[in-house]
Amino acid sequence: MEQQTSLVHIKGIRDGLLATFAEAAWQDQSASLLTYINDRPAFFQGARLAMDVGTQVLKVNDLVEIRDRLSERGVSLWAVVSESQVTEQTAQLLGLATRISKPRPEEQRHPIAVAEDMALFVNKTIRSGQRVEYPGHIVVMGDVNAGAEVVAGGHVIVWGRVRGMLHAGAAGDRSMTICALDLSATQIRIADQVSAMLKPQKNPKPEVASINNEGTLQSELWLPG
Amino acid sequence: MTAQVITVTSGKGGVGKTTAVANLATAIAMDGKKVVCIDGDIGLRNLDVILGLENRIVYDIVDVIEGRCKLKQAMIRDKHYPDLYLIPAAQTRDKNAVSPSDMIRLCNDLRGEVDFVVIDSPAGIERGFRNAIAAADRVLVVTNPEVSAVRDADRVVGILEAEEKGSPSLILNRLNPILVRNNDMLSAEDVLDLLGIHLIGVVPEDENVIIGSNRGAPVVTDVKSRAGQAFRNIAKRIQGQDVPFMELEQQGGLWGAIQRLTGRK
Repeated sequence: MEQQTSLVHIKGIRDGLLATFAEAAWQDQSASLLTYINDRPAFFQGARLAMDVGTQVLKVNDLVEIRDRLSERGVSLWAVVSESQVTEQTAQLLGLATRISKPRPEEQRHPIAVAEDMALFVNKTIRSGQRVEYPGHIVVMGDVNAGAEVVAGGHVIVWGRVRGMLHAGAAGDRSMTICALDLSATQIRIADQVSAMLKPQKNPKPEVASINNEGTLQSELWLPG
Repeated sequence: MTAQVITVTSGKGGVGKTTAVANLATAIAMDGKKVVCIDGDIGLRNLDVILGLENRIVYDIVDVIEGRCKLKQAMIRDKHYPDLYLIPAAQTRDKNAVSPSDMIRLCNDLRGEVDFVVIDSPAGIERGFRNAIAAADRVLVVTNPEVSAVRDADRVVGILEAEEKGSPSLILNRLNPILVRNNDMLSAEDVLDLLGIHLIGVVPEDENVIIGSNRGAPVVTDVKSRAGQAFRNIAKRIQGQDVPFMELEQQGGLWGAIQRLTGRK
């Protein structure tokens, strides 16, 4: 038990408590966190907890389980900080924060190196409140509903209808484009240009949006050939 | 018996979650099944009023969870339907009095006792909502044909999918066929187009719903009400029967004639 407890380290931060873990399997890490809390129930009652899980790859089930176990003990999990993209996305899907206000002092986050032709393929509809972020290109096979956000370092291609916010070239590359079957977006952005002049159309046609020679964002019908 | 646990939720408030729970639970009980409905809106309880049971509450869900009473003691039997029970919410506590695992435990205890457990979720996507969906085998999302309600429903569907609760079914509530025809309201097709989930029923706008709620007699008990008929059909579909969708457009009789004359139809 002694050895288990030493896997977890709890410290106070501005937004509550932060749990960090020593290298181990997630099963052991989560168990030791719960043991640590069980030993000090009064201290943790009503606490706001953030977890830094390092490189651990966590699935929805893992995070849901630990969140529920924590909530049974009166601890609310509000953030999961991770170096793994999968874990970060899982946390975002569950509405947890993935950044705590202070950047990590020991190591600054490096932007993940992405080759120019790397793309994230999303094979589902992105719904309100969901955010998909990727340093490369993003391809969505489905709709992007109102209230959803898609942010790519590269191009954004949506095989479906767009009513949410799309951002291509988010790192500042003005040569990126946005293509969609129906671009009745509430707002699209390329690099630093924002456009919200698009109106829903009766008979939507595929469109391509880009920044023209005058430096403004424009969209035009996509013509094959 | 192993009960099916059904949670009714919406994201946005005021779209008719509690009304839907009261009506569906009553309709299922009218079909001879044993039903418990649970009011998950701790601190803002309403389901007891709509079922007309507010002055029978002795114990509530928090009493059960905190061990002050037995489960059976908190189950209030309906006045008219002996197979319908209500576990009321606590009015003097808040959502944090219950955790998702409490709800799972409670529903597991009920599974052996009844055919259906229907949980009324509070509005929002916070703790109360998490509690309400924790034990659900099936989730029904209620929405109105309004852009704001549909967007909130979309958010809820996204969370349910992320939690691997499966794709929920949709109840489209308070649809006004006349406004839809005049292009003043989103149609069922518009809403389905946006949400892309299975439609289990469309409930037309009907003033009898409010009258029934205020009387503590859900509208399903009114044989003539169209909203009542819609809820009865949804209840049958929940029980696995294949019931065709109602034709909402045909409104014959005197009212239809007046509307045609005044050009509203």
